[in-house]
Amino acid sequence: MEKRTDKNSYTIIFAIAMVLVVGALLAYLASSLKPTITENERLEKQQNILYAMGINENEGTSANFVSTDDAPELFDKYIKQQLVVDYNGQATENDQAYLIDVKKEQAKAKDGGVRQLPLFVGEDEKGKKYYIAPIRGKGLWDAIWAYVAMDENMIVQGAYFDHKGETPGLGANIKQRFFMDDFIGEHLMSNGTFKGINVAKGNADPKNNDKTDNEVDAIAGATITGDGVSAMIRKDLKLYVPYFKNLKQ
Amino acid sequence: MGLLSKKDAALIKDPLADNNPITIQVLGICSALAITAELEASIVMSISVLFVLGVGNVVISLMRNIIPSKIRIIVQLIVVATLVIIVDLVLKAFAYELSKTLSVFVGLIITNCIIMGRFEAFALGNGPWKSFLDGIGNSLGYAVILIIVGFFRELLGSGTLLGIPVLGDPIEKTGLYALGYENNGFMLLSPMALIVVGIIIWIQRTRNKDLVED
Repeated sequence: MEKRTDKNSYTIIFAIAMVLVVGALLAYLASSLKPTITENERLEKQQNILYAMGINENEGTSANFVSTDDAPELFDKYIKQQLVVDYNGQATENDQAYLIDVKKEQAKAKDGGVRQLPLFVGEDEKGKKYYIAPIRGKGLWDAIWAYVAMDENMIVQGAYFDHKGETPGLGANIKQRFFMDDFIGEHLMSNGTFKGINVAKGNADPKNNDKTDNEVDAIAGATITGDGVSAMIRKDLKLYVPYFKNLKQ
Repeated sequence: MGLLSKKDAALIKDPLADNNPITIQVLGICSALAITAELEASIVMSISVLFVLGVGNVVISLMRNIIPSKIRIIVQLIVVATLVIIVDLVLKAFAYELSKTLSVFVGLIITNCIIMGRFEAFALGNGPWKSFLDGIGNSLGYAVILIIVGFFRELLGSGTLLGIPVLGDPIEKTGLYALGYENNGFMLLSPMALIVVGIIIWIQRTRNKDLVED
């Protein structure tokens, strides 16, 4: 006799029931956890921006954010202005600028629209100013993004890199101190024109003593992720050049 | 082990050596190549697989009499994907930092053939308790290999262990590097993981001739 579980009708009913149960379960879970997750992401953005301007709890060689409890307070304290910049370098103030989704803005630009460029102006205790820009690009497997803090001359003062799904131990190392710290002090401009920072293999300067060569040393085994980092710096930070030119006038 | 009968204990012990999922059953090779450039990633992956395989085996085992045989692979895939997504969502909401570390492993776990392999070979034909032990045993066997490979790749490739430099500083030329030692960047690339796994298989089969096929 044919087993009950071999029947076509049983198979179809089972499949439908399973899809409904699993779908309902996941949908319920996703929607009920969404507010908590969104809040976590908002705090993380604040932590990332603060990290880039050097407000962090780094110990030894590991990168540590300020705690999520302190993040909103510190963010209000150190970030003096939140701006939205346009292609001509004109800035308008917008205190929700840090919630602008860079991914959506990039998609807008691709469809021929005008992209809003968020920029955060931070000031530390010594009165030194930081201009922090969020950028986003592609790694090997998925998205990579960063917050880059610069001074008025577009010299990098700090950077925080992150990724969605780069290979652990290789591309994922862009969020390690040894990689991120290399950017500090690097020039984005070269003789008055924007050049970006290239993540270079076989770079002749592994100790990174030369800060004006527009290069940092690449991570072994992570060529494509490194190229993605170079590309997102070149493409996205270039858009901020008019703002910095205006700043000097 | 007094707690477990001889048969149950074998479920845990066998996969650690003579029935190892990676070196003997050839399951889970892909992730063993992909993420073993660092010891820490190997350990995180091992723990994740331990959890998913332990729980997944029990769920599949409980469902074994009602799963239609014609679509059993799809059902297994749905079970493992659902488990992983639930864990990911809960972590994102309540342990955000941890979820950031683990998120890159999510895709690797769902597609890890060790999980589907054990569902298919064991959980579909055995009770929940035995399946649970089988899941734990196999993920421990998987972990042993991952950690050995991760240890050698990180040590020889980067000169560090768990991110801590143990051989000196390659740029300042201190420690072993003062003697002219260089890191072998080749160890960081996936093919070298295959060679390390190959050496483990070689050693294992030299010690136990029963494992050698004619």
